[in-house]
Amino acid sequence: MTAVMRPSASACPACDAAPAAAALAAEQEQQKDARLALSLPTIHCAACISAVERQLNAYPGVKSARVNLTLKRATVEAEHDVLAEDLVGALTGIGYEAHELDAGTLSATENDKAGRDLLMRLAVAGFASMNVMLLSVSVWAGAEAATRDMFHWISAAIALPTIVFSGKPFYVSAWSALRNKRLNMDVPIVLAILLAVATSLWETMLSGEHAYFDAALTLVFFLLAGRYLDYRTRAVARSAAEELAALEVPRAIRMVDGAEETVQVSELVVGDLVIVRPGGRMPVDGQIVEGQSELDRSLLTGETVPVYAEPGGGVSAGEVNLTGPLVIRATAVGEETSLHRMADLVAIAESGRSRYTSLADSAAKLYAPGVHILSALAFVGWYLYTFDLRTALNIAAAVLIITCPCALGLAVPAVTTAASGRLFRKGMLIKHSTALERLAQVDTVVFDKTGTLTAGTPRLTNLDEFAREEIEVALALAMGSSHPLSQALSDAARELGVRPAKLSEIEEVPGFGTQGKRNGTLVRLGRATWVGAQPLAQTSAFLSLGDGAARAFTFEDTLRDGAEEAVRTLLDGGKEVLLISGDSTGAVESLAARLGITKWVAEALPEDKAARVMALTDEGRRVLMVGDGLNDTAALATAHVSISPASALDAARVASDIVLLGGDLSPIADALATARSATKRIRENFRIATVYNIIAVPLAVAGLATPLIAALAMSSSSITVSLNALRLR
Amino acid sequence: MEVLAYLIPISLILGGIGLLFFIFTVRTNQYDDPEGDAQRILNSEWDDHPKP
Repeated sequence: MTAVMRPSASACPACDAAPAAAALAAEQEQQKDARLALSLPTIHCAACISAVERQLNAYPGVKSARVNLTLKRATVEAEHDVLAEDLVGALTGIGYEAHELDAGTLSATENDKAGRDLLMRLAVAGFASMNVMLLSVSVWAGAEAATRDMFHWISAAIALPTIVFSGKPFYVSAWSALRNKRLNMDVPIVLAILLAVATSLWETMLSGEHAYFDAALTLVFFLLAGRYLDYRTRAVARSAAEELAALEVPRAIRMVDGAEETVQVSELVVGDLVIVRPGGRMPVDGQIVEGQSELDRSLLTGETVPVYAEPGGGVSAGEVNLTGPLVIRATAVGEETSLHRMADLVAIAESGRSRYTSLADSAAKLYAPGVHILSALAFVGWYLYTFDLRTALNIAAAVLIITCPCALGLAVPAVTTAASGRLFRKGMLIKHSTALERLAQVDTVVFDKTGTLTAGTPRLTNLDEFAREEIEVALALAMGSSHPLSQALSDAARELGVRPAKLSEIEEVPGFGTQGKRNGTLVRLGRATWVGAQPLAQTSAFLSLGDGAARAFTFEDTLRDGAEEAVRTLLDGGKEVLLISGDSTGAVESLAARLGITKWVAEALPEDKAARVMALTDEGRRVLMVGDGLNDTAALATAHVSISPASALDAARVASDIVLLGGDLSPIADALATARSATKRIRENFRIATVYNIIAVPLAVAGLATPLIAALAMSSSSITVSLNALRLR
Repeated sequence: MEVLAYLIPISLILGGIGLLFFIFTVRTNQYDDPEGDAQRILNSEWDDHPKP
């Protein structure tokens, strides 16, 4: 996990630009000190902190090390020649699991400027509203004449600067909406705040009775609290997603004049010779110059059968090398790799998704004009009735404040925070703010096969068809190789209690298989063509005992934990479940039959997957796409909402709304249920807020509303809405 | 009512000190690792001498 070599591919240009800029800065800094980041998933106590810090500080070249227990991460300042691998080794030595994190990818979370800014504005609004509320209580309690005026003036002195400072997020958002000729929730909010402050100031100058400074400030405070909750929820998800990306450090081994050197993938240029060891991922597109091996293309195409690779053959970034070391001449790097070109498909697909309007926005679309018209009517009506501008303006302000969507501003964030927190504990990361609402509408679920429903590790299926003697020979050959099929074979044979046969001269022939001599005859285990057999459609390895007839060991992918359960729950819940895979027909058909999925498509190209999802969408279905590979990214972005497992390619994780952190698929069904109840709560909250408005608005229009009534209505509706959100099950 | 002339400024100043102190804690990254800080205080390593 520590040194997986591949370029970080992502679907948004800004995400690409930030690490690139950070890499540039890091390069300049390299002359001085290096900042290393390590992920420490197992630390949990005070003793762990001091043990890790002591070990790291004692390491030669380390200047300072600090553990962050909340993030389970250590940051190390060290001389530039200290390597993260050595620190990982030092920590593993004292019993702590450690992984290197790519500091460039993480830098964005380091300084949480936006969150801090919001918290500061919230604190100032809280301070000001409490003080003004105290002063207001004494006014409501019966302060009169000069005392009341003084209290109003002090309130104004506190409120004005606070409104300017704390309200800034709303002004910015409302202005950008108005500039695009749209109305969002922030437009009535800003209008209410400004009108309340202006009329209150005017009233105070004329030593009037009613000032709404407290209402304006409480409004800002509650709304900022909602905004901050919303921000926190997304910041947690974003930082966890970034950590997943940072775990894959983009490094490659370059050959220069016969010598090997480890470099950043971003430094590679076309024409470089790159060595990829067995188990490593291709960092670039290229041509094989030297070596023979097999390639696992499942993350790119969904095929599970490994492909033979020899000099002259082409490779694409993201493929995994299985058996022998390969030397590759780079033909395309970075942005030009096929992995990156896929990002264009995703960008096109994503432009379609932005059509979704969130519940909050659609509520605002109904609500904002209604409030403005009501308030304007109240103003006109009272002005024509009394011909007194002051009274009319006061009543218009009261209507705006009382109807102001204080509870509406809290209605959505309070629920999404509660729901996201619940799902995060189950191992689901909600990346997008409207993902929950969209998840609740899903009626069709499309699964990818390889790496999503299956775990990507093969399992032997026909061991009982073999004689014990044959298994003994196969085991002896399989033990000499680290190829996934060989490992599956030896695991299965050992489980039977088989001991390996005595063979001599066992050697692995990269790209073909393993061979050895038994009593002088050549025995082989490997690809069909190598042992002289006809290839099968399914994943298989062939054994030849030198007697002419080759026997096939067949394999199937093991199911991911919870896959059966997730599919069954979805089917029971009345959802339509589809399986679309790039793998061969036989493999897809057998898996679909095993899981009880009746609709499946095999040998689908990436464009086919996206087109299929698009066709379902055009039929009016709300599609949930679950996938992990490069061939799924376009479909993930096209779908109404999408989920990818943590083991997915970076590009797929970026394109999806929800990331599944564990290896288990069963939380998907739970997530649908949670999303539905969250959306129900959001609607309930809107209804509660509306009921408060229905009671308070007639009072305001009739001119009976006082600042006390406004404060009571606002606080009680906000609290009811928050409590309702906490009931989420 | 003269007492208001003292009490209101005093209450505002006390509240303001609280606000400034909160802003100070935010600016000095004291909320970055709440769990770690809670655990660190249990550690007796630097009890006799402050950390150099």
